[in-house]
This record gives sequence, C-alpha cells and structure tokens, in this order.
Amino acid sequence: MTEAPTAALGAAPGPLRQRQPHPDAQAPLAFGAHAREALANANLQRALHHVKEGFQDKRLAAMDRLPEFDALRDAARDIKDHVLAHLDIYLERFATAVEARGGHVHWARDAAEARAMVLDICRRENARTVTKGKSMVAEEIGLNPFLEENGIEPVETDLGEYIVQLRGETPSHIIAPAIHVVKEEIADAFRREHEGLAPERDLTDRRALLDEARVVLRRRYFQADVGITGANFLVAETGSGVIVTNEGNGDMTRTLPRVHVALATIEKIVPTLDDLAVLLRVLARSATGQDFSTYTTVYTGARRPDDPDGPEAFHVVLLDNGRSALLGGELREVLRCIRCGACMNHCPVYQRVGGHAYGWVYPGPIGAIMTPALTAIATSHPLPNASTLCGRCEEVCPVRIPLPKLLRYWRTEAAAAGLPPLAERLGLTLWAWLARRPALYRLAVRQIARRLKARAGDRGALRRLPLMGGWAGHWLQGRDLPAPQGRSFMDQWRAQKKGTRL
Amino acid sequence: MTAQSMGQSPPTPDRSERARQATHVALAVTCLVDLFRPRVGFAAVTLLEAAGCAVSVPDGQTCCGQPAQNAGRAADAADLARRAMALYGGFDAVVVPSGSCAGTMRRHYAGFFPAGSEERAAAQDLARRTYELSEFLALRGAAVRARFDGRVTLHDSCSCRRDMGLHGEPRQMLAGVAGLELCEIADGEECCGFGGTFAVKNPDVSLNMAGSKLDAAEATQAGAVVAADLGCLLHLAGAARRQGRPLRFFHIAEVLAGQTCDAGTGIGEDGGDD
Repeated sequence: MTEAPTAALGAAPGPLRQRQPHPDAQAPLAFGAHAREALANANLQRALHHVKEGFQDKRLAAMDRLPEFDALRDAARDIKDHVLAHLDIYLERFATAVEARGGHVHWARDAAEARAMVLDICRRENARTVTKGKSMVAEEIGLNPFLEENGIEPVETDLGEYIVQLRGETPSHIIAPAIHVVKEEIADAFRREHEGLAPERDLTDRRALLDEARVVLRRRYFQADVGITGANFLVAETGSGVIVTNEGNGDMTRTLPRVHVALATIEKIVPTLDDLAVLLRVLARSATGQDFSTYTTVYTGARRPDDPDGPEAFHVVLLDNGRSALLGGELREVLRCIRCGACMNHCPVYQRVGGHAYGWVYPGPIGAIMTPALTAIATSHPLPNASTLCGRCEEVCPVRIPLPKLLRYWRTEAAAAGLPPLAERLGLTLWAWLARRPALYRLAVRQIARRLKARAGDRGALRRLPLMGGWAGHWLQGRDLPAPQGRSFMDQWRAQKKGTRL
Repeated sequence: MTAQSMGQSPPTPDRSERARQATHVALAVTCLVDLFRPRVGFAAVTLLEAAGCAVSVPDGQTCCGQPAQNAGRAADAADLARRAMALYGGFDAVVVPSGSCAGTMRRHYAGFFPAGSEERAAAQDLARRTYELSEFLALRGAAVRARFDGRVTLHDSCSCRRDMGLHGEPRQMLAGVAGLELCEIADGEECCGFGGTFAVKNPDVSLNMAGSKLDAAEATQAGAVVAADLGCLLHLAGAARRQGRPLRFFHIAEVLAGQTCDAGTGIGEDGGDD
C-alpha cells in the first residue's frame, strides 16, 4: 500500500539518507545518536509533521464512519490467530492451489535463498530490467543491491519507493517509504537522475512531480522482463496473492512483464476470500484512513489462454527468514501484523525521529519488536527501549498485537543477556536490593531527600548535581529536577503516628 | 472518548461496589511521592479519611516494581510484587496516588506468575482491590470540598488512560473543585515523554515530547497542569522550569484536598517547602 509523499519545502538531505544497515551488522544500532540527528534535521521534522493529519486524523475519521470497527478488529485478530495455529496446513493448501493453476512455489528458508531464487528466475528469462511493486520483504532480503551486483537493474514503481531509490535510501515507513522527504528534495532527485528533463520544467507542486514520475515510469514498465511484487495477503483456497496500492503500480508491475514473481513471507496467508475481506476492511482504515484502498488486486496464476493480459509465468517465493521460529514462542502475536503502519503513525517517538533512526528495515514499535527477532537482540537492544510504553500502538493495532508486552519481552531478554550498560545494571541491582529491605531503603531515601533538599535550598528545583554523568546528566540536560520537599512521607508519617500514640 | 472505545472494559459493578463498601483502606504512597512530594501522600490520606475510610500506610512499602519490570528485570519485579501482595493482603482496597503504580499492580502483577499458580491468584485478588486515587474517590462518590481559582488542564498519564482505562473519573472529581475551570488539552492522548527510564535513556526524544505537551498545555490558557502521576509531573515541571515557562504543576490529590490555595507551592517552584 502506498501513499504519495505529502511533504513540504526543504533543501539539503540530512545525515541519515545513506544509511542502509545490514542485518548481519555487528555494532549495536545507535538509536540515540540517530534520534538526535533526526531531531536536528529541519527538513525531516517538517516532513514528519504530516504524519498526524495524513494518518492519525484520517484513521479516526474512518473509524467514526464504521461503528463495528472494534468488532472487525477482533475478527481480524481471530483469523490471524487461527492461521498461525494451522500455518502448515494453509501453506500447503496455498502451494497446491498455486501449482494447480500452473504457478510455481519456491520455499526460501532465509534471505540468501530467496535472493538466489529470484535471481535464478531472472537469469532464466535473460532479464536485464525488473520492475518492482512495493515490497518490504524485498527490503528485508536486500534484493535491490543483490540484483544490481548481478547485472540486473531493479526499478521501483511505487512513487515513494522510486523516490527513495533515486536518493539512494531505504524506506523510512512501511507504507509511505518517502514520508521523510520534502517536495523540494523530490524535485532535486528528479533533476539529478532523470535524463532529458528540461531545466526550465516547473517541479514545484505535487501534480508536476507526479506527472514527471509517471512519464519516466511508464517507459520502464514496458522495458521490464520480470515484475516483482510483494503480497499483502496470500489466499490459501485460491492460491491468489493480493496487493493493495493507491497508485496502480502493482497492477502494471504484475501484468506487463513476461514473468511475475511474488515475494511474500509465510505469515501472509489467509484461509479464504471471505477472511481476506475482513482483513482488507481493517487494513485500509488503519493505514491511510481510507474505507478501501484505490487498487486492490487479487492475482491468481499466470495468464490463461483467453485472458486479455497477464504474465506468461507466475512464481511465488515464500520466505520464512526466522518467522517459523516465532510461532511457538512468546513473540507469536507479532506474526499477526498486516503491515498497516498504524503503530508507527501513532507512536510519539516515530513521529519525532522517523523510520531511519531505527536502523533496520521495519521501523516504529513493530520494527522494535521485529528487528531483534529477525536479526539479533545483541545488536538491536536499544530499539525496545526506544519507547515510553505509552500503549498507543496497541490501542490502534487492527489485529490487537500487544506491542508494549512484546517490547518488554525484548527488554527482559536484553537484561538476561547482560546487554544494558554496566552502570544501568549495577544501579538497578542496588536499587532492587534496597527495595526489598525497607529499613535500609528508608535510610537511603532519607539521605537522598536531605541532600537534594539542602542543595536546592529555597529553590524548588535543581539545575545541577555534583555527579552529572549517566542518568542524572541525561535528566538535567534539558530539565531541572524538582527538589524533594523535605523529609520523606514515610518518615513524617511514622513520626506523626508515634506522636498520636503518646 | 470512552473507556470502551479505547479497548478497555468499563469499571465493573463489582469494582464500584467494592470502592463504595471499602472501610479499611491501604495507601500505597509510591516511591516518587515518598521521596519528592510527601504532601501528595498526606493529601491522599486526608481525602480518603474524608470519604469515610480508615487509612493505613503499611510500613514495609518501598516501590511497586515497575522500574524493574520495564527494565526487563523480571525476577526483581516479581519479588517486589510478592512483597506488595503480602503487604496489602488484608485490606478492602489499596489506593495509589498514581495511575502508573496502580496500573502495574492491577494490570501487570498477575502476568509475573505462572497461570494457575497461587501467586497468580493472589495477584489477581490484589488487582481487584487496587485503585488509582481519583478513580476510587469518584467510584465512591466522595464529595469534594476544595477550592482552586483558575483554569487548569488535566494531563492524562498513559497509564491512567490506557492501563487503567480512566478518563471520566479524575474529571468528575476536578469538576467538584470550586473555582476550578477545567480545559482539555489538544492531543491529550499523546504521551508526555516521561516513560520512566525512557526519560534518561532517550533524553532528546523525551524532552522534545515534553516540549510538545507544554506547548499544548500553554495553548489552553491554563495556569496549571494537574495529573495523577508524579513521574509525568516531575518531568514536565522540570522541563517547564528550565525553559522558563510560567506553568504551575500540581498532583490531583493536592488540588482535591485544597492544598494548593494558600501556602501551596507547585512542583519545582521556589518557596522552600516545609
């Protein structure tokens, strides 16, 4: 699903633009540093302002138009849970149905296998150019750089994804890949990359940008030998894939080249077209606040003899890449995700730092859960901490994924593996030791209250402390610390009770 | 927005009934109130006594364990939960001047223990008896005898709003305060950026969120921000103070107990309390 970038004015790209971290990266993702850069990036901040009106307000309006929305969410959750509990059966049913219609199913255990399968299909077709519909799974397996290394040119056809590709970036949002880009930056990219674009051509408004992209992309569709799309859903009973877009680019990618490759992960299965209907009703509303997306395409098999158009061959690459390992565990609920993006659209942290700060393919709250699951907690433990656990993501999730619970799960795994900084671990160990010993705890509180109060004097708040490192320093970097009023409550209470007894 | 539309269950008759019938109530004062703002604890005692409760403050209380839970220290969190379950075992109700600590006890303790275990059952029992202060007073139909002259905006903490499903309860109580004009803040469902250790682990984002919340609070023309969670208040008051914003900050217990009128200094204000 895609949304045209709605961002406003801007100039130079920020420092985040070239980041394309690899899942095998060894260094921990530096969320804090990325967040600081993002907050200082004026263009990004302006672009991200559109998240609220573009997504939050529209979702709310769509919900208000549909009184049974919450009941639909329950139904959507139940469908996904049912599928996950019987995934093996539905995957087989799907594969059988695809093959019955002359399609080919390729089972990929990991990213490397999936890349090799796609390349193999392309090579057999002697493909030089492939068009791509928007696919986060393609991002997950690093398909574009891999195809380029092998002499095949991938062309993104979703407008946002195309802009991101021209800028040498990765998507910063799962349904609005270029949400971080402002209009002027798009014009800059077109002027830099589009050959024969007249310098005097006006590219100041959205319409002009769209027209320019459309002319270039139209040509590319007809050049392509293979079209690669993702799938929002796979329907087991019919062997169909489903893509949901607002630009129709998915249809062109699917229909025009000789071969269509659908790239999808195993949890995208739904049993029937009826189930699909339920999920589609919550998807568009949760994502873009539309009652239904502009284009919803159900594609089944290759072109039949009497079909007016369609690909001559149809392949599905079904990717696991760590998902089956989540099925029986505590993270299972994350596999319900239908990639609507509502959790990131409503996350106050995402809204401020954008998707690139998360450092891997999937940003926002769902990304902070997926990234450790699909890469390693050792390198991604800052992500589950990049949340206040405010719970708004869970509140808006159309399939009721308990995201805060799953963020806490990763915090627990990180703590058990000793990943947090030493000072944090020691501090919390000391605190927890004291909290189990009320008498000593009182003594400590008494000391802290007395010292802070003495330091504050008549001022109600502290601006500096003798120890400015670590958490104290981070608190005081932009906040005073309100001073304790004096003796602790428990001390005063006990004194009063003694007084009354005497 | 109602509790139902946010996916929370409305207060069951059982919960209201329990609040109305409670006579012997434990106050879980919370670690932040204990250290930073004892006045909130005394205000809570005053309010509960005025509502006809016999109030105890169990002596062994320290912290509910939420920081341990959110830091992923499951064993510490479970231990502190066990202590709380033992400490508050015999009371008709446990009242907490914090949605966050109450939410931990009510919504999270049970999950610390295996399904079917005695400890899970004890945690569920405690959950049924645990209330946030303004919630308890509202369910009990407590009268308010306080005065506060001026416009006030209420900051709903995320734990009050989402963990506890509270919305009308604190508003109902504030509506009883003479002279108080309550104005709603824009984007009230958005987090203020405190988030416990989030405030110090991600200070840049945390402070940016505080800035948005303070802008929204100032836009209401209210002179004071009231909340049921001292964590949010320390964070917001500290940021406002640093930025030289004239807003004042009070815990809802202070406002309901009428402690803000005369000598009452707001959180983080000069004045040399006590």
